[in-house]
Amino acid sequence: MTLPLIVYRSLRQHALSTLITAGGIALAAGLLMTVWRVKVESQAAFTQTSAGFDAVLGARGSKLQLVLNAIFHLEASPGNVAAADAEAIRRHPMVKAAIPIAVGDNLRGFRLVGTVPELFSSVEFAPGRKYVLEAGGRLFSIDAREAVAGSFAAQRLGLRVGSVFRPFHGLNFDPKAEHAEEFTVTGILAPTNTPADRVIWLPLRGIQTMAGHDPKAATDVSAVLLQLRTPTAGFMLDMLYNKQGNRLTFAFPVGAIMAELFGKISWFDRVLELVAYLVALVAAGSVLASIYNSMSARQRDLAILRALGARRRTVFGAVLAEAAVIGALGALAGLAVHFALYVGVAGLIRAQTGVVLTPWAFHAVLVVCPLAMTALCALGGIVPALKAYRTPVAETIAPVS
Amino acid sequence: MLAVQQLRKSFVGPDGARVPVVAVPEFQLAAGEQLALRGESGSGKTTFLHLIAGILAADAGRVEIDGVEMTALGEPARDRLRAEKLGYIFQTFNLLQGFTVLENVLLGMSFGPRGADRAHARAVLERVGLGHRLGHFPRQLSTGQQQRVAVARALANRPRLVLADEPTGNLDTRHAGEALALIREVCREQGAGLLLVSHDEGVLSQFTLRRDFAELNQAVREARP
Repeated sequence: MTLPLIVYRSLRQHALSTLITAGGIALAAGLLMTVWRVKVESQAAFTQTSAGFDAVLGARGSKLQLVLNAIFHLEASPGNVAAADAEAIRRHPMVKAAIPIAVGDNLRGFRLVGTVPELFSSVEFAPGRKYVLEAGGRLFSIDAREAVAGSFAAQRLGLRVGSVFRPFHGLNFDPKAEHAEEFTVTGILAPTNTPADRVIWLPLRGIQTMAGHDPKAATDVSAVLLQLRTPTAGFMLDMLYNKQGNRLTFAFPVGAIMAELFGKISWFDRVLELVAYLVALVAAGSVLASIYNSMSARQRDLAILRALGARRRTVFGAVLAEAAVIGALGALAGLAVHFALYVGVAGLIRAQTGVVLTPWAFHAVLVVCPLAMTALCALGGIVPALKAYRTPVAETIAPVS
Repeated sequence: MLAVQQLRKSFVGPDGARVPVVAVPEFQLAAGEQLALRGESGSGKTTFLHLIAGILAADAGRVEIDGVEMTALGEPARDRLRAEKLGYIFQTFNLLQGFTVLENVLLGMSFGPRGADRAHARAVLERVGLGHRLGHFPRQLSTGQQQRVAVARALANRPRLVLADEPTGNLDTRHAGEALALIREVCREQGAGLLLVSHDEGVLSQFTLRRDFAELNQAVREARP
């Protein structure tokens, strides 16, 4: 009971500095855990998101841009694919399914994507999961001005079955660029937790023939999403389109291309990590400073304990334990800070990309970081603990007569 | 019970020279005996008590408590012996301000061999008349009550010897008399020896056994011109 009592009373006696120091540690630990998890989990989410496709065929250009545009519905299209090329890949014996998409319009910032009904009827966007329409809805008809809205887009834009809207030209919202055509929402997709949730889907012809679009390109598509019969097919098609051909780009495999992106921005991750580590170090330093500064005030107490028979190692341990307890309290509060931050960041990522991070999922960093912070703070307590260890008892408790 | 032989202690003075503070050739106290040492301020009597308690290490000489030679022990063993065999009452009480009355006594006990015995701590505090103040903090008590906590803390571990350094120096005459009577009575009840130092003649006159520390301490005589 001795050590816990000494630590508890000391923390109570210096409640304000304890709270402030623990608060600093909570922020540092929360930041550290959030940076770590966002980095690891967003990377995993982006590289695992393929919308159910193995590859994308698009205009000659960057594979990354093609994947971002066709799978994540971000970035501009690198160009068009002629109808003949789209038809050729669809008929290729190594291709299991080919879904053409056409982009170029938006509804108040949410992307309109033209496609074919097969995307919803035959494609699994994740293993065992197909797109499902919410009750009361139906798919668009291929020749009608109808639309199916992704759940997030529908929620943000207030779209319901029966809603009518006019698209805006371009990928970025410009109120002056409104098209004359009106589209009616025939269905809302159930949430898929993929970028598809941020899209309003139209029939391919609907977007290709919209007034203002180049009539010469009325049969072109922006990209063709592909499911291949075998993995080796990807390497053969890569050879065909990327090495032997020079008009089109074949992006395969989707996950590896996204991993390349994260590889390119890994320096940014490292900077963030470094900042988080520095914050953690500063927090541990604050424990050292806080306890060290209070040492002159508590040296008399420590000398009294020594006079009562406490050994040097007991007072050393008491100060060290106090530092560790402050660290542990801060680290626990850091979990709350982390979850609050992570919910915010996950919401932002979802709103911007449609990729969903799950705040309540377990990650080893949620255990390792609080333990490491506690250990780091205990380490920060070594200097004041040494001061406690060296407390001169006789001089401190009473003047020598 | 307590035997001191050729005990010497000096400190480094402002001019860098060593100043002898304690030089006691011989001093003894039998078990359960109560003795008062008369000493003026600066006579080295607190240092003498610190040497006996093992709070300070002697330059030379022997201090034997209950058959154990304190001066031959390393610091951890001296700490253990102090917690086991000695009780110390300070002039300024030296209570731990952040701890309750009961916790002050329990902490004093926790370093000893029997550990923190809550029931015994309560009983000792009852004995000194503070059974109704267990949860109070020292700042919430009167000076006299604080001194009684210090007495309870010193005696809670059933020490063989109690060292009291000007224990009534901060109390008025009435409370000083009560405190002294309490210390002597409780020591007697527990069979503990008592070595008390004071410069107060009123306190010293209460003791049958009295010695003048100035005569005992050769360092004082050596320092005289």
